[in-house]
Parts: sequence; structure tokens; C-alpha cells
Amino acid sequence: MLAAIGAGSVEEFYADIPDAIRLHRPLDLPAPLRSEAELTRHMDDLLSRNTPARLSFLGAGCYRHHVPAVVEEVGNRSEFLTAYAGEPYEDHGRFQALWEYQSLMGELLEMDVVNVPTYDGYQAAATALRMAGRVTGRRRLLVVGPVSPDKLSKIIDYVRPDHDVEVLDGPAGPFGWQAADLVVGADVAAVYIEAPNFHGVLDPALPLLADRAHAVGALLVVGCNPISLGAVAPPAAYGADIVCGDVQPLGIRMSYGGGNAGFIATRDEERLVREFPSRLFGVIPTAVEGEYGFGDVFYDRTSFAVREEGKEWVGTASALNGIMAGVYLALMGPQGMREIGETILALTRYAQDRLAEVPGVEAPNRDRVSFADFVLRFTGGRSAQEISALLLERGIQGGLVLSDSDALFCVTEIHTREDIDHLAAILQEIAQ
Amino acid sequence: MSAPSPHTHVEPAEARIAPKPRLRRFHQARWDEPLIFELTSPGERGVGVPVPDLPVPDLPPGLRRAEAPALPEMSQPHVLRHYLRLSQENLGVDLNVDIGQGTCTMKYSPKINDAFVRDPRISELHPLQDESTVQGVLEILYRLEGLLKEISGMDRVSLQPGAGSSAIYANVTMIRAYHAARGEGDQRDEVITTQFSHPTNAAAPKTAGYKVITLMPDADGYPDIEALKAAVGPRTAALLITNPEDTGIFNPRIEEFVRIVHEAGGLCCYDQANANGILGITRARDAGFDLCHFNLHKTFSTPHACGGPAAGASAVTEALAPFLPRPTVEFDGSRYHLDDDRPESVGKIRPFYGVVSNLVRAYAWIMALGAEGLRDVAETAVLNNNYLIHKVLQIKGVSLPYAQGRRRIEQARYSWEQLNADTGIHSEQIGYRVSDFGTHYWTSHHPYLVPEPMTLEPTESYSQADLDEYAAILAEVAREAYEDPETVRTAPHNGPIHQMKGESLDDPGTWAVTWRAYQRKLA
Repeated sequence: MLAAIGAGSVEEFYADIPDAIRLHRPLDLPAPLRSEAELTRHMDDLLSRNTPARLSFLGAGCYRHHVPAVVEEVGNRSEFLTAYAGEPYEDHGRFQALWEYQSLMGELLEMDVVNVPTYDGYQAAATALRMAGRVTGRRRLLVVGPVSPDKLSKIIDYVRPDHDVEVLDGPAGPFGWQAADLVVGADVAAVYIEAPNFHGVLDPALPLLADRAHAVGALLVVGCNPISLGAVAPPAAYGADIVCGDVQPLGIRMSYGGGNAGFIATRDEERLVREFPSRLFGVIPTAVEGEYGFGDVFYDRTSFAVREEGKEWVGTASALNGIMAGVYLALMGPQGMREIGETILALTRYAQDRLAEVPGVEAPNRDRVSFADFVLRFTGGRSAQEISALLLERGIQGGLVLSDSDALFCVTEIHTREDIDHLAAILQEIAQ
Repeated sequence: MSAPSPHTHVEPAEARIAPKPRLRRFHQARWDEPLIFELTSPGERGVGVPVPDLPVPDLPPGLRRAEAPALPEMSQPHVLRHYLRLSQENLGVDLNVDIGQGTCTMKYSPKINDAFVRDPRISELHPLQDESTVQGVLEILYRLEGLLKEISGMDRVSLQPGAGSSAIYANVTMIRAYHAARGEGDQRDEVITTQFSHPTNAAAPKTAGYKVITLMPDADGYPDIEALKAAVGPRTAALLITNPEDTGIFNPRIEEFVRIVHEAGGLCCYDQANANGILGITRARDAGFDLCHFNLHKTFSTPHACGGPAAGASAVTEALAPFLPRPTVEFDGSRYHLDDDRPESVGKIRPFYGVVSNLVRAYAWIMALGAEGLRDVAETAVLNNNYLIHKVLQIKGVSLPYAQGRRRIEQARYSWEQLNADTGIHSEQIGYRVSDFGTHYWTSHHPYLVPEPMTLEPTESYSQADLDEYAAILAEVAREAYEDPETVRTAPHNGPIHQMKGESLDDPGTWAVTWRAYQRKLA
């Protein structure tokens, strides 16, 4: 090849790199593991120091659900896994699968516009709020807590150039303030609330908020857990203008918190659609009757088209997780989504009632409906952290410790009544 | 056995199979597959759900879903069949000589690395598990940071960004925090980038509140150093620059660029999306940069996944380390742990710690290669590129603008300006026709500064025969453009669908992003 090019050595191709910035030594890296056998041995040694919990009650933004086998059969296909950015012709399958993902999510959310996924639910919330800011031209954002402190960190950092964020969580902690108390001023761009919220609670005041926001020209932005929506009303039904969240619960493995894709959905109004930074795929006719083509809707919104003049930016994000979430929704269908929503509601209720029977354990949000996540308060002699350590000794991964007394536990459809009874029996021993 | 053959007797000469033609007679699967909603069959379902014998609590008024979502009702084999057909109407890297997607470093992702991330000891880990139960994955993250520190020359690395653009944004937020901590946050409100840097180098700083100044290339295609001198000043927060740029041209005055910006008090941030050709050759730190980022789905082989999940890495000098996203992964000599107590941190870029599955893949890829292997990757990618340039420039109508007589690193941005002037055929149309031969083709990012652009990046994954095949396809399409332009103009012919019609995707009255909108507006 060198002879064909007319070069003496590969070194000639680097002629433009000045000597002063050349690395004149080999990189100092571990010796290569050249065979698959050696590499597998090395990786197995590392992986053997990880122990997935046999029985875990962790949720808090990353959820263990059953992943139907067909979801991964599709997601592992070389044609999808290794594709990237081909044209809508030779990559027709990717475009159709992502348009169908948008459409399946659209049915779940009762919204007409859903994006090609952004990175994750944090980014989706942060971008949804900046979209609301651009639509209204206003500075102030009201965030109704409790919201995950990490997600809040992302939101506050991301909206900083355009917005001031006021977090309404109440001085008495997450339980002292009610969404029903919300007052929205005329300088507010958007109200952000989650359904369920970080503590798993479905606030009964949610249906009141759209009117309060709309009365002063603000938008209602709702973050939600999509796996709840077969049973729980989609936020659009109670007036949300922008809905966002993470599709991880829909058939994506937890993978130590790395399995995410963010969705943003709106009504089909130009003023909203033009503010999406993400790609939006649309359906378009071809030269042949009855044939569907797909392409980018209103591409000139994007940074791909107009660099810094676009809305925020767009780049590689989480497309395949979107395709997989679409497969999940197609497998579940209307009945499956209704059932899984009801199953999780029922188990969350049962868990709170059953565990609160244990002396020294309270479920402070029992008077409201929670979905998947729920708060336990330990009022015996031991702190939440100590309880967590004792559970771990007994082979149980407890919930996320929120404070000295409180922890955020979680159940999904993979838990059985017996799992919850087992947890209750252990807490009976250690929580007093 | 002497049973009579059922076949017609032919002479030996007729039985011989002729050699393959020079070009592949490709035809992609064309299933004419309906939309998934058209496949619904009421009463069918694909999977069952546990339904415990427990009461479902009453939801508050207005929070109970009235009607079940109008999802399709399908049996499991029908769902699988639909998506397998769509997969066949998609060309992954594994199926083609994918060197036409310049700037994206389309390389082979070893299958063994997929096996590691499908292992439940990665896939079933919850990110908030007790640290004692995740020492292995924390060690992988810590070690991967160490490998990337050596590859970049930087002091600290964050693996939290979800992809390349996310890493650029993370770097911009650290730049913002750095200047704010020095009391210069309000004063330094400008970021400088170059036209041939990835669009996010302009868009992410704008999103973070900066005014963006873009340096245009000079007559030789290098970023204009005089324009840089005119642009820098007390308002300069940083220079964000890709090198080699998306033209494949390495900016030989990069140290001077860095010096000019540093003298003005700005930081320098190196976009290493195009690092594949310079691994072990030259490093961000050695050129004086304060921050850089890598796209692990490009240079470090994690699969591109139809556009993510990907993974990004931000690398910084010690001066920027306090501002890294939290948590960081630390090692105290015996145990790995996550440090969330970082008061100057820019906070969270994404949930938890990064796209861990891809971090595991990238770690395994580097460990399989070592220093010598990485250098082989770079040198092979650069050799492949220069060989392909040699082949492509023999085709009528194509040229390689800028930096005449200079070599390119790992990719090249060509121009079909002459072919367009001669035939009226545009670069996009060439791309559609190229897909008829079973591969991809891409023009360039917008705006098209190079007229009728084409950007090719043949990574280390392709053989000389692969490069020859790709060049032969381009030569054939160029020949058609001159001799049979109608064939090019009406392409693609051998794909899953035919040419799309109209401008309905830009019209609010006709765009349809979902089945709901389609039914309402167009059905």
C-alpha cells in the first residue's frame, strides 16, 4: 500500500505534527491481553468482584424490571447494534423503528410529538424546562419537590444561563410542603413536578396545577415514570404541556445506572415543536404508492443544521434504547401495560402496609398512593444506615438512605408478596 | 448409485460459474413492512405480567387512566418478525465496508466485549448498591480513567458524559466554573471555535451561555491564526478546537493557538473525536491543552447503536480537577469508592456514573491492544486513509481541497464540485446511488463549506480489498454520473424503499412525528 501511495513509511503521514508535540516513547499501558481467553480471564476476575443483589429494594431513579427476551433479541442484532448515521434509505429500518418508538410512546403519553431519545431523564427534564423558557420568554422556574438531588443538580446547572430555579420543598423537609399550596406568579416560565415524585408519591394535587400555571401563561412540565402509565393517567390528561422522563424501566437493564434514554413529548403545536433540540423523525411518502419513508422533521431547528444558532445541541445520544423500549411496548400492548401498572401499585401499597406493621417502622406516605418507590421511616433505636448494613448482612439490599431515619425503598413486578413478607420478618428482628 | 440425474444435462463449459463481477450485485431486503400499528390483532399480546392477588389502591380523582393506551395488540412472534424485518432493512457496520461515514470512526466492535456487558455481574447491578458489592465495576472505571489519562497526558478523567457532545458540554461547564472561581466568570463570556470542528463545539458553549466566535479556514484549510489573534482578549473563556479537524488536516500550529489563548487568560479544550489516527503519536497535554474529550464509541470501539447509547470521557489537568462532575471514583489502596463530597464540582452531567456498559467495552478493547496495539490502530487507520485518497483522486470529477501536497491523518473531506459542474449531480445523489452497492456514504456537517462534500474515514478495521471495493463503487457512480446520470438521479434502486417525495416534513400542517399525528393529519 505504501508503494501505491508513493510513501516511504507511515511516518510521512504525520509530517504535519511538530516534533515538539510528538510522543517520543510508547504509551505506558498494561501489557496487552492478546487472546480472547486471556482477556476473558482478566475480565472475569474483575466481574467476580461484583455481586448483583439477589433481593434488592433499590429504585430511586433506576429500576429492576423483567426484560422480555425479545427486547434483547432485537437490541443485540448486529444490524441495529452496530449501525450509526446512515441515510433514510439504507438505514430505513432504524428510521422506521425509531418513528414507531416515538409513536408507541405517543400512545402511552397521549402526546402527538415525541423525540428521538436524548441521553437520559435528567437531560430530558433540563431540556424540557429550557424549551418552556424559550416558549414563554420568562426567567423563573418553579420546581415542586421532592426531586432527586442529583437530577436537581443537573437541572440547575443546565438552565443557569436563562433561568433562576426556585425549589418548593418546604422548610420542614420533603413532607412539610404540599403541591396544593402552589402559587404561580406571572413571571414564571414553567412549573416542574414529577408523577410519581422522587419519593414515589402520586400527588393528588397534580390535576390542579395545569390551571394554575396556564392562568398566568406558564407551562406545566411533568416528569413521569412511563411504566406507570398503563394504570396512572398520562400527564397530558391533566393538562401538562411538556412531559419528560427516562425509558430505562421499559426493557433496559440497569447496568450500574448506565441504561438510560430520555423522552420529551408535547402536543403538535409549532411553537412547541420548534423548540426541540432533538431529532424528530416524521413519515413521508415515497415514489411508490403505499410505501413509507422517514426523515427529519424541521431539521433547521438543530445544531446539526445551523451550529450555535440551533436549539441547544443534538448529537449521538440513546437511540437503541429507544428502539428497545418500543419493542417492549409492542410486546406488552395495552393489557400488559395496564397490568404492570396495577401490579406495581398493588405491591407498593402492600409493602407499605405490611412493613408499617413492624414495630419501629413507619411508612409516612401511606395516606397517599405511591408507585414503586416508597419511604420507610425507622423510629426504633437504629438509624436507616444501620438498618441498611444489617439487611446487607442478611443478603438483602435495602433502600437508598435519605436521612438518619428515612430510606427510599422500591418494589416492582419482579417482587413477590413473599419477598415483602421476608423483608418484614427481617425488619421485625432488627428495626426495634 | 446410478440413479438418473433429475437435472438437465449440460456441457462442462456451461456448468462453469463465471467469476464474480467487479462490483457487488447488491440488493437490500425490501419487506414492504407495514407500520407496527397496522399489525394489531385485537386480543393478542406478546408477554404476560405477574398479577398478584392483592388489591389495587384507588388512585386520586384525575390520576386514574381512563382508557388503556392504544398500543398495538400483537403476539410475540409477530413483534419479533416485525423488528427482524426492520433490522434487515438497516445496514450495520458488521455488514458493510462502512468507511463513508466520515468523522464517526466506524470500526469493528469486538463481539467478546459485548459478552462482558451482558454478564449479569454488569447488567444487573444497581447503581446505588453497597460499594462492597461493586468493587469490580468500580475498579474497571478507575482503571479506564488511568488508561485515558496516559493516552491523553491529562491528570484526571470523568467517564460520566453520555457521548461526545455531552463531554464537550461537561468541559464547557468546567471552564465556566473555573473562571467563576477566579472571579472572572462574568468577564469571560466568549468561546472561540473553528468551522471544521464538530457543530457541538459551537452549540454547547452557546447553550451554556457563551457568545461563540467561529474561525473560518484560511486558503489552505487551516484555522486562520490571524483571525484567532483578532478574536482573543479579556473576554475569552476558551478555545474549543478539533485536531485533526474534520478535513483530516492536522493543524501544525496548534501549540501557537494554545499559547495565544493562554496569554489572553483563556483555557484550551481539545476535541479528540478524531483521535483514532494519533493514538500514541501526539497527546492533548503535550500540545498544551487544559481539557480534552474522547468519544469512546468512536476511537475506543464501543458500538454506535443507531446513534447511542455511546460514551464520552472528559480529561483535564489538575487545575480543572476540582470542577469535575461528581462523584469521582477513588482508590484508597485497598478499596474503590465513589466520592460525592466535591464542593466545587459542576455537579451531575447525567444520572449516576456514565454509560457503564460502554465503559466496560472500551476498557476491554484497550486492554486487548496495549500501547503497541493502539499505535498499530493509529498507523493502520492513517495508512488506509492515505491509500484511499490515492485511489479516490483517480476518479473523474473529485478533488481534495485545501493543504495541497500535505498528507491527511485519518479522514479526508473531498469535493465533487467538478463532477457537479459537469453533470449537475449532487453529492447527496451520489450517496443515494452508493447505497445501491451495499454501503454508506456521507457528505459533511453543515454548512457545506467544501462544495459538494464527501467525507471518508477508513479506520483500521478495513482491508486493502475493502478499500478497493469502496473506491470502485465511487468510480462506478461517478462514471454513471457522466454517462447515465438518470440512474444516479433516480437512486436508490436496490434499497428497502424508493425516493421520498415532497417537503412535508418541514410543514407544520403535514409533519407527522407519531402514528397519532399521522392518523389525524394524513390518513
